[in-house]
Amino acid sequence: MNYNWNWGILFRDPYLGWLVDGLFWTISLSLCAWVIAFSLGSLLGIMRTSSSRVLRLLGTVYVELFRNVPLLVQLFLWYFVFPELLPDDAGRWVKREMPMPALSTAILAIGLYTASRVCEQVRSGIEAVGVGQQNAGKAIGMTEPQVYKHVLLPNAFRIIIPPLTSEFLTIFKNSSLALTIGVVELTAMTRQIEEYTFQGFEAFTAATVIYSVVTFTVMFLMRIVERRVRVPGMIPVS
Amino acid sequence: MISIQKASKWYGDFQVLNECSTSVSTGEVVVVCGPSGSGKSTLIKCVNGLESIDQGEIIVDGDIVDAKKTNLNTLRSKIGMVFQSFELFPHMSAIDNVILGQVKVLKRTEEEAQIRAIELMNQVGLFEHSSKFPAQLSGGQQQRVAIARALAMDPIALLFDEPTSALDPEMINDVLDVMVDLAQEGMTMMVVTHEMGFAQKVAHRVVFMDEGRIVEDAPTDQFFNAPGSDRARLFLSKILTH
Repeated sequence: MNYNWNWGILFRDPYLGWLVDGLFWTISLSLCAWVIAFSLGSLLGIMRTSSSRVLRLLGTVYVELFRNVPLLVQLFLWYFVFPELLPDDAGRWVKREMPMPALSTAILAIGLYTASRVCEQVRSGIEAVGVGQQNAGKAIGMTEPQVYKHVLLPNAFRIIIPPLTSEFLTIFKNSSLALTIGVVELTAMTRQIEEYTFQGFEAFTAATVIYSVVTFTVMFLMRIVERRVRVPGMIPVS
Repeated sequence: MISIQKASKWYGDFQVLNECSTSVSTGEVVVVCGPSGSGKSTLIKCVNGLESIDQGEIIVDGDIVDAKKTNLNTLRSKIGMVFQSFELFPHMSAIDNVILGQVKVLKRTEEEAQIRAIELMNQVGLFEHSSKFPAQLSGGQQQRVAIARALAMDPIALLFDEPTSALDPEMINDVLDVMVDLAQEGMTMMVVTHEMGFAQKVAHRVVFMDEGRIVEDAPTDQFFNAPGSDRARLFLSKILTH
């Protein structure tokens, strides 16, 4: 193979700047999508375990709908199809006038999709805490929201820190799909460097390293969080 | 205080409670016993509405438990319950377990709740363990904290669902001692248990259940000395031989 290695290219103007920009957008996109996924997912998880049949049904419908359609398809649906279904003015606003249409759409699509997955984690966490704890909370006269707030959720979230960490890492990696609707995040920048310099190996190696560094950092931080919130006397699972 | 009238309940086709009727009056201690699967735990959970009944009526302090207009949360705050598996809130220290309901349900201030909790931790003999978490306590200690948690609500009656069944033999007496004290102070209690010694010592009446039915409901002396049914006699002969 005749290939001229040139690692220096990565540190040269403007390519280094492109990588930094790409990383910035990847992280911004992931964090914003996570805010949606986490808050909506938690709400849905509570709904799916609540005593109200209507709330349970709504939660289930949401999860089945969003979990079973491929994320890429959802991204296209939100970006290309959804605006057409709106009244003319609203559709135009979504397509053009909304601030950063592609990025906002990607945040929404990835956030809503991941919410269905977070919901299932939260549900399994609440179920793991158990009916006995729920009964104990009710038995001292707490209302259902109080039982969730003071008993079920504090224990459920402790249990699901590891799977929630995985969900965040999944969002971080799925954010690369946003390039298909034109968000210039890390992967898109990497491709751009390859197209400008023909140094594809270097560019994609850089992307790989950057993605890995971020995920390892997140895992490391979440380990610390897990240790911080551990209940005294409880034996850690792993 | 507690009146159960012809309570019936089904899980699918299986009838767990079959026209059960009994009552617990103020200051009375009633022990409910019977073989596994006889419906004792289900019955006691129906008293504070943790389980619902399909037919009949349960009246607690003048309120019909399964009536729509009854505020179950208010009713439960007046009736303490102690569970077989303790069910302390694992993420809180022992004393915080005793404080939580007082602050969130009874709306006491933190200070008031704290004072009452310290009193109760003393009463169950665990004051020096107040700041420990449930996982750092033995089963018997956890169950005594659970009793303190129930007492913190100043209940008008206490329900016990096999409070010593999950304990090591050595721990059982610590818990029973606390229960005997409560009984002797005049607390209204409905106790599902296999501890016949406890029943003989403090129970006013014994309710014996089998296959979802209340087979016998008799004053304690009569139940142990002259049980009216063959089923109760058989049960007693089996558990009193050792």
